[in-house]
Amino acid sequence: MSELSVNHLLGIKYLKESDIQLIFETADHFKEVINRSIKKVPSLRDITIANIFFENSTRTKLSFELAEKRLSADVLNFSASQSSVKKGETLIDTVNNILSMKVDMVVMRHPNPGAGIFLAKHVKASIINAGDGAHEHPTQALLDSFSIREKLGDVAGKNVVIVGDILHSRVALSNIFALKLQGANVKVCGPKTLIPKYVESLGVGVEMDLKKALEWCDVANMLRIQNERLDISYFPTTREYTQQFGVNKRLLDSLDKEIVIMHPGPINRGVEITSDVADSKQSIILNQVENGVAVRMAVIYLLASKIKQ
Amino acid sequence: MGQKVLLSSKEINIILHRLACQLLENHEDFKDTVLIGIQPRGIYVAERLVKILLEEYKVKHIDLGFLDITFYRDDFRRGEKTLEATKTKINFLVEDKKVVLIDDVLYTGRSINAALTALQSFGRPREVELLTLIDRRFSRHLPIQPNYRGRQVDAIDNEKVKVMWEENDGEDIIYLINR
Repeated sequence: MSELSVNHLLGIKYLKESDIQLIFETADHFKEVINRSIKKVPSLRDITIANIFFENSTRTKLSFELAEKRLSADVLNFSASQSSVKKGETLIDTVNNILSMKVDMVVMRHPNPGAGIFLAKHVKASIINAGDGAHEHPTQALLDSFSIREKLGDVAGKNVVIVGDILHSRVALSNIFALKLQGANVKVCGPKTLIPKYVESLGVGVEMDLKKALEWCDVANMLRIQNERLDISYFPTTREYTQQFGVNKRLLDSLDKEIVIMHPGPINRGVEITSDVADSKQSIILNQVENGVAVRMAVIYLLASKIKQ
Repeated sequence: MGQKVLLSSKEINIILHRLACQLLENHEDFKDTVLIGIQPRGIYVAERLVKILLEEYKVKHIDLGFLDITFYRDDFRRGEKTLEATKTKINFLVEDKKVVLIDDVLYTGRSINAALTALQSFGRPREVELLTLIDRRFSRHLPIQPNYRGRQVDAIDNEKVKVMWEENDGEDIIYLINR
């Protein structure tokens, strides 16, 4: 069987299409495992993984931790707010100290783009990027594509629109890379101020009119408005944003087809999507969460298999 | 690389019928018994046995499952390549059942060890038996022996037993290959 072409998961940009297929096939098997009454396998019983989160996270951290525990790995959890980083320690020193405790793999979230790449160059451990600033969030993109594949049978040839704050979104960038690599057609939609100028160079179309974007697409991936990253005013008011770029049931019902609604979470209910859309049959938001564990198990398993004894 | 035929199609057929009869003697109507073929190659043996039992010995119903043991193996990270998973399909409970694990070749016993661990994810069986088409004795790393064996073979370590099936390889035949 083929193996991953990379030793770290730093971004979708560094993966080949065959890597994504291998991850999905492995995740299929893990999805079967996590639906058993006993959801644990002993594969990684001699592997120790450190989850290092320099930024707040609930679902990604829980999802990684659950994936690691279901593979029987030993897990260390570390968050920057309780650490010596506050005392001035550098990133490399922090990680090297953790690695001295015989840690094999590091799952890291960091506010600075490229932090994972920097770390991979300087430490001997397998690094998984769990989100680095506005750069990439590869496991989210993988689970999003996996969920589309599960719902629609394939990703290739499907029309996907990513709606919202594209400028600050690592989810959007990783999704664009992943979807394009698998042969999907991608458009972005959102306030002009939140669409990066380079986006068309990635082979992505821009659609300013949400209704037109929804009429075109098979899947709409609704991004969260990241208030914490909006240091200046990119749109007049949240209310106006919702009126122009929020999806409600009336809008969905006005389309002549049924599209799939996705959201990476956490949802600002009533802003990006209304509650009746989030909880509707067209929404696969909870499937995304379930698939997140299976996909992360697959990524960890495949990377761990490259750490030879 | 030399090879000799260990069992012909006719011999395999006779052995499968004998094994089916032995299962029938111990499990009668298979009400409390389930058969589980170990992926990837044990499933062919299991499917053949079920076919014989249903069609020729008129057993009414047999629960047959397929068990993938990839994630339970003890050689993860020891080989050259990533272990490839296959499908697990067990649509019944093994709780309090008599389970017959079925594989094509019993060699070191490590696969069966992994299968016993994997089986625990599906409940606590009343008892577990092992059926294997070929038993390579003198090669065991673990104290595991079959309850039902097709043919016992004395093969040295650089010899390989290759089992081929009509549905997959064009004919039923078993070779002993000198690597």
